[in-house]
Amino acid sequence: MLTDGGFWIVQILNSLQLSMLLFLLSVGLTVIFGLLNFVNLAHGSLYMLGAMIGYSIATATGSVWLSFFGAPVAVMIIGAVLYKLLIERMRTAGPMNQVLVTFGLIFVLMDIARYIWGTDQLGVTGNIPFYGTIEVFGQFYPSYRLFIIAVGLITYAVLYVLLERTRLGSEVRAGVDDGETASCMGINVEATFFGVFLLGCALAGLAGAIALPAFSATPDMGVGILVPTLVVVVVGGLGSLKGAIVGSLLIGTTLTFGTALIPNFAGIIMYALLVAVLLLKPEGLYPVRA
Amino acid sequence: MSKPIGSLVAAVAMTTALTGPAVAEEFKIGVLLPFSGVYAALGEHIENGFKLGLEHFKDDLGDHTVTMVRDDTEANPGSSLAKAKKMILQDKVDAMTGIVSSAVLAGLRDTVDAAKVPLIVANAGNNMMTGERCSPYVVRVSFSNGQVNRPMGKWVYDQGKKKVYLMAPDYAAGHQMMEAFKSTFEPAGGEIVGEAYPPLRGVDDYGPYLTAAKATNPDAIYVFFAGGAAIKFVKQYHEFGIKKDIPLYASGFLTSAAYVHVEGEAADGITSILHYTPNIDTPENKRFQEAYQAAHGKVGSEFSAQGYDAARLIVEAIKASGGDKEAFKTALRNASFNGPRGPMKIDPATNNVIQNVYIIKNEFKDGKVHQSVLDTIENVQDPVSGCQMN
Repeated sequence: MLTDGGFWIVQILNSLQLSMLLFLLSVGLTVIFGLLNFVNLAHGSLYMLGAMIGYSIATATGSVWLSFFGAPVAVMIIGAVLYKLLIERMRTAGPMNQVLVTFGLIFVLMDIARYIWGTDQLGVTGNIPFYGTIEVFGQFYPSYRLFIIAVGLITYAVLYVLLERTRLGSEVRAGVDDGETASCMGINVEATFFGVFLLGCALAGLAGAIALPAFSATPDMGVGILVPTLVVVVVGGLGSLKGAIVGSLLIGTTLTFGTALIPNFAGIIMYALLVAVLLLKPEGLYPVRA
Repeated sequence: MSKPIGSLVAAVAMTTALTGPAVAEEFKIGVLLPFSGVYAALGEHIENGFKLGLEHFKDDLGDHTVTMVRDDTEANPGSSLAKAKKMILQDKVDAMTGIVSSAVLAGLRDTVDAAKVPLIVANAGNNMMTGERCSPYVVRVSFSNGQVNRPMGKWVYDQGKKKVYLMAPDYAAGHQMMEAFKSTFEPAGGEIVGEAYPPLRGVDDYGPYLTAAKATNPDAIYVFFAGGAAIKFVKQYHEFGIKKDIPLYASGFLTSAAYVHVEGEAADGITSILHYTPNIDTPENKRFQEAYQAAHGKVGSEFSAQGYDAARLIVEAIKASGGDKEAFKTALRNASFNGPRGPMKIDPATNNVIQNVYIIKNEFKDGKVHQSVLDTIENVQDPVSGCQMN
């Protein structure tokens, strides 16, 4: 098994695919964390809503492509409503209250989804773009997974340009680095935070919509993905794009190769990595604020 | 005015006295199912089936009535025990039914046994609960994990598959199902070339496991997964293009009628084994499926059928008891009838149901998965493994 080149190629692609899904989720969370120390545990629920709404769009219109655009927009609107109703007033309430409120929000959103979409497994089976199996270096591989990898990489590239090369990017970086000074320099940190929050919501919705054809959707799917996402954020370091991509790659690779090579430890290997990083670099690998 | 009414009442009283001496008894049934949490979908299927069963067979009750008290077990043994105690002590139920999770069942067993209130299990399949931890008051109308996998070992071997790789989630049901397969596959002469038990929760990607399984070059792979894990597994098995070299055999929960439509094309070619499939050709099943589909707009799954049969079992026992509540408890253990899944009978030695188990072929054509019965293994009965009824 270990001397078979095909085994390694497939596993590397597998780990990339998982990493990219984790990246789409963690990047929004980490920047929200970093920008104003806001802990949004309900971020996984937005992923779930992305998948559910994606399902409704795909079944209503027959087009899975449309769900990739519609779901992120819908989740962004839900995010805006949540922000105005709840999150804005929790901004200064301290981390403990934020954790409690957003933790409660997980259950509220889960039950709303259960009410609307029911408890059965949902999935799309027809008209999936890039569906099928292709040969990569002599190995059969699901082409849709390559599409997920591509979406992750493109998102990273776009975010990189946005954060490093635009005025909005410098405002975000300034806000993360030192919110008070940034605000004294005339940057509307509030508005920047709102914008970044919406972008994070849209990316979580996108992750849900593109995960749907590969997996299936249930109202509790947001809970399962939350833990690895939080681990990525902690390992990568709060608030940085680089931390999110490196953390995602690290966790995705560890999980994939861990399950393939030492399956008996698959359940704990991610936590072992988390403990190791916290011992060696408690602030994460690429923290914005050292 | 008062006189004619008075005589009318007297006339009615006389006719009633003439038609039957039986006192109309109320049987109170506690329904314990997960309505939230990971098993919420199964709870809904079982309850829908249970209500349909009561409706279909209510005429058999005669003058007796059945009322339901329901509560949510989630997948939580602790809170379920408290809710069961409330049903026994406060609501004074005559029997309880439901129970999806085997952990919840294990938590209730001693209380039910001590209170002598029968519990009709409509899902939880742990072998031990009709094995060494059996009780005269725990009657299982669904299946045991061993029962619905054991016949498959020999069957797969007879198909010429001599080397098999096993895979199931790492919890009691997963291990019991694989052990049951092995218990007939190895004595027949088959060889298990490898086994993998991924964690029950949190696995999004079976790619690594599939690559490892393929590397052992088996003739076939035999697996058990359920719910979201089953859908992921089936899709990934298909997408990795393994099926054309290595056929997939499975416990029928992998391609459950509850979600096989979500698997779609990926379920094509899977051969599975289960105690129920929606296309069993019997009048009982036809009646069940037609009514269920009309009421809920979807196919009745094995879980719905289990709920339906749990209701039927209760009705049959009430009928046999003639309204006597002690006789009702004994009657539950001696019931036999034809359900949607075929002939079924409670085995008094273990209190597990004796039933047919079906080998099912999954085919994808015209945009839909078609499930048909390939072979029937009749009257599968669990061995009495350590069960002593007191």
